[in-house]
Amino acid sequence: MPAAEFSLDSVSVLLVWTAIAIYALAFIAYAVDLARRSDLALKAKDAAPARELVGAAARAGGAGETASGSSIAAIRAQEDAAKADLEARPGARKRYVWARIGTSLTVLGFLFHVAADITRGIAAGRVPWSNMYEFALTGTMLIVAVYLVVLLKYDLRFLGTFITGLVTVLLGATAIWFYTVVVPLSDPLKSVWLVIHVFVASLATALFALAFALSVMQLLQARRERLAIAADEASGYEALADTGAGKPAVNPDIKSGPRFLRTLPSADALESLAYRFAIIGFIFWTFTLIAGSVWANDAWGRYWGFDTKEVWTFVIWVLYAGYIHARATRGWRGTRSAWLSIIGFSAVMFNFTIVNMFFKGLHVYSGLS
Amino acid sequence: MSNSRSDAPETSPAVPERVALPESVAVPESVAVPDLVEGSSGDPLRPSDHADAPRQARQPDNAPLGIVGWLRWGWRQLTSMRTALVLLLLLAIAAIPGSIVPQRTADPNGVIDFKSKNPGLYPVYDTLQLFDVYSSAWFSAIYILLFISLIGCVIPRTKHHWKALRARPPRTPARLSRLDDHAESVRTVVDGQDASAEASHAIDLAQAQLRKAGYRVERYDTAAAGNRPAVFSVSAERGYARETGNLVFHAALVGVLISVGVGGGLTYTGQTVIAEGDSFVNSLGLGYTSFNPGRFVDTEHLSPYTLTLDSFDVSYVPVGQAGQGMAGDFSANLTTREPGHDAEKQSVRVNHPLNMAGDRVYLMGNGYAPTITVRNPAGDVVYREDVEFLPQDANMTSLGVVKVADGLSSQVGLVGFFYPTAATLHSGAFTSAYPALANPLLTVDVYVGDLGIDDGTPRNVYALDTTGMTQLTGRAIGVESLKLEPGKTVALPNGLGTITFEDNTANGGAEAVKRYVSLSIHRDVGAPFVLFFAVVALLGLVAGLFVPRRRMWVKATPSGDSVRFEYAGLARGEDPAIAVAVADLQRGHEASLGDGAARAARAAR
Ligand code: HEM
Repeated sequence: MPAAEFSLDSVSVLLVWTAIAIYALAFIAYAVDLARRSDLALKAKDAAPARELVGAAARAGGAGETASGSSIAAIRAQEDAAKADLEARPGARKRYVWARIGTSLTVLGFLFHVAADITRGIAAGRVPWSNMYEFALTGTMLIVAVYLVVLLKYDLRFLGTFITGLVTVLLGATAIWFYTVVVPLSDPLKSVWLVIHVFVASLATALFALAFALSVMQLLQARRERLAIAADEASGYEALADTGAGKPAVNPDIKSGPRFLRTLPSADALESLAYRFAIIGFIFWTFTLIAGSVWANDAWGRYWGFDTKEVWTFVIWVLYAGYIHARATRGWRGTRSAWLSIIGFSAVMFNFTIVNMFFKGLHVYSGLS
Repeated sequence: MSNSRSDAPETSPAVPERVALPESVAVPESVAVPDLVEGSSGDPLRPSDHADAPRQARQPDNAPLGIVGWLRWGWRQLTSMRTALVLLLLLAIAAIPGSIVPQRTADPNGVIDFKSKNPGLYPVYDTLQLFDVYSSAWFSAIYILLFISLIGCVIPRTKHHWKALRARPPRTPARLSRLDDHAESVRTVVDGQDASAEASHAIDLAQAQLRKAGYRVERYDTAAAGNRPAVFSVSAERGYARETGNLVFHAALVGVLISVGVGGGLTYTGQTVIAEGDSFVNSLGLGYTSFNPGRFVDTEHLSPYTLTLDSFDVSYVPVGQAGQGMAGDFSANLTTREPGHDAEKQSVRVNHPLNMAGDRVYLMGNGYAPTITVRNPAGDVVYREDVEFLPQDANMTSLGVVKVADGLSSQVGLVGFFYPTAATLHSGAFTSAYPALANPLLTVDVYVGDLGIDDGTPRNVYALDTTGMTQLTGRAIGVESLKLEPGKTVALPNGLGTITFEDNTANGGAEAVKRYVSLSIHRDVGAPFVLFFAVVALLGLVAGLFVPRRRMWVKATPSGDSVRFEYAGLARGEDPAIAVAVADLQRGHEASLGDGAARAARAAR
């Protein structure tokens, strides 16, 4: 914990804790949203006249509930509607009140977070990402920043709980365990590469985080689709031929995962979105790897030496290369490649936490003892 | 998409139609629109198990395979997407043990430490090459197979792509309405104009528009025949850079690997230690304390430059501030001499290595090098050296060894501790409280006996093997160690002689005790090539992932006094913006046709 006396750094710490508290509230709001948004979707359906044509009607922009005869067709309709919502412009989005509160709180928390980061930087007289505490501070800030920027294009508020939850936990742990007082930069860190390498690595991490969350949703949604198809088969419905003549074979929402999945697009749509974030993240990660080698060549006299941190950066790079390949390999697209995205991000988190704290190596800049 | 559902019988109702990849549209119609089928001449060649590749008929299981057949089968397996994927995942997994088990190259002391702590496990690990993971047989096998697979995959694709680069865009499909991204509009022709001429002109405009947008274009017009009307169309294709980028990326990876491999053979690294006022000569026999040449290095012909350490700068965070005693701003100030050049004053700092005749000189460490003189009882100097003391902690408590082999009544070994700012612990032992020379103190333990250096076995100059020696001073035997401040001389026990800790300021030095630096000298011929290929790979990657590859068509069908326009696009691979692109195409084209004629009757979508 910092010294009790007043300093810019202690202001920064105060701001960090304020940001954490606000993020925690945002997390709650988003969680309430997830719990309620499927009910909202149902109500909207009751209010709207029954629709008949599965594909066209759903596309036309209803709540996506139809009197379809088969589970999977009903789900498809929901998903098409959800996809349209996902890509809607910010002004034309669904009015999920709790999600709005969540987003507003996230923005507010983010402002405190930025202020905390800047004051820390001023207190230290340099870029605020040169030990584990500062790196975590800036890294989590970039995760939120990327999320908020992406929100302008896609309505990904259903990932709000994940993002705010992740950031609350990481930032909380950072403030409790990683806090280090401002000390001068050690010589190897006095390099422009510190600015570039670490910053880009954080951006990559943020994008991988989004891809991870989408991949998890993809798995849940794929399971729901699978169960519905199985149910259809069991009851003899032909999923696609149907235009609403029969009664629902089964309630499409029974025991097929969390109810908010009804407001999410199809597993395929989630997958291609996850892929889009992952490849941008991958480009940044590749750059991180190259920039790190250039820096190592200046600081340590070799561009590559299988130092633990280098090994893990490489492992993560290869895992995501595997993910990209899996997406292009027959039999691997879909669920299997989603698992690779999940494993990849787990490795990123492992690299950031466990490797920094417990593994021996040249990257001993955590500032922890 | 609703169209395709109504007029095309679905083949497999159980499969969600969501797999709306292009072929789900194209396949039932492959006769009518042959060019839509994946794998047509303009498409990149992909391994047969690529997700977008057409399914091939399996080889009949019972058909006997000859040797050639088996080889071909094996090669196809090795160069398949699945193999590449599995090898990539294996590579990731295989790299992990090297971050857990200490590696000989990165952490040799860790290996020694491991051996003493786990004597039982050590031979097992050693057999499994776990201390040399990255040069182990199993790790090498994985990446070599991966790169063979890579090369086997890239070469045929490159050939194919080379041809494709000069191919023309494919024929316009007969029924564009079957494509996912499709729009149409009908325009009435201004009175007195010929619909056919109007249609042809409109397609000219579309062609120009597409060409301007970077598409390769080709006209496909068919004259009217029987009751089939004339059709004017332009077929356009763009995004060859996607496959080019992908191939460049993979080829550049091979470049990186070769540069690392070849470069490694031509590379050397060496270490040296220089005290203030001393010089290093770049020659194997003279200068280096250790030297690791690659296989092809000509060690006889190193460039004979010299480096003289004039001074060493360092700053410490003052007492009482956060990070007290932290060292920084290291700078080794050298005079460098190269044959054929004037002597130059240069400095080596962390992150700023020095270039010397193609070598890079790095500052790796620093410490104190007290000048110690030993005299025999007659007062003759038998030993005088700047002894490099190895720092043991952040406050530069340092350990050094002196071996006096000749000139005294017996061989003498001295183990010294140097404290730049000496302070006393509760236990009575000394420690250093600050890394600068505030209160320098040297304590010495004296050993007599056999130094073990006469038989020629190489010994570590930084350690004293005390087996076979008798300790004369030190806490261990309850005799107080010798204590010296700079400029002091004390007697060695047993009348062996005297020892002096020279005050360097007396010789014109800036500080009472000399400093030394350890330098690392590298020549890495491969590094610039590695960087070059890495950057090329990155550029290829960006193109390979983000350049959209797509086909576009604009078709005009005149009938009576109106013309029906169709616009369609087909994404080849990941292309989130295809729908927008088709919409833009239509908007742009309609604008170019002019407002006067803008009487779009109806949009089909
Ligand atoms: C060192 C090993 C390899 C690495 C690190 C690697 C990495 C990558 C990456 C990052 C991509 C996406 C970039 C782009 O599309 O331009 C990619 C795509 C691709 N790779 Fe590799 N690759 C490796 C080996 C291979 C091998 C052995 C094959 C052949 C079997 C292969 C075939 C492909 C194909 C066909 C694509 C295009 C995928 C698509 O259509 O999206 N790669 N690879």
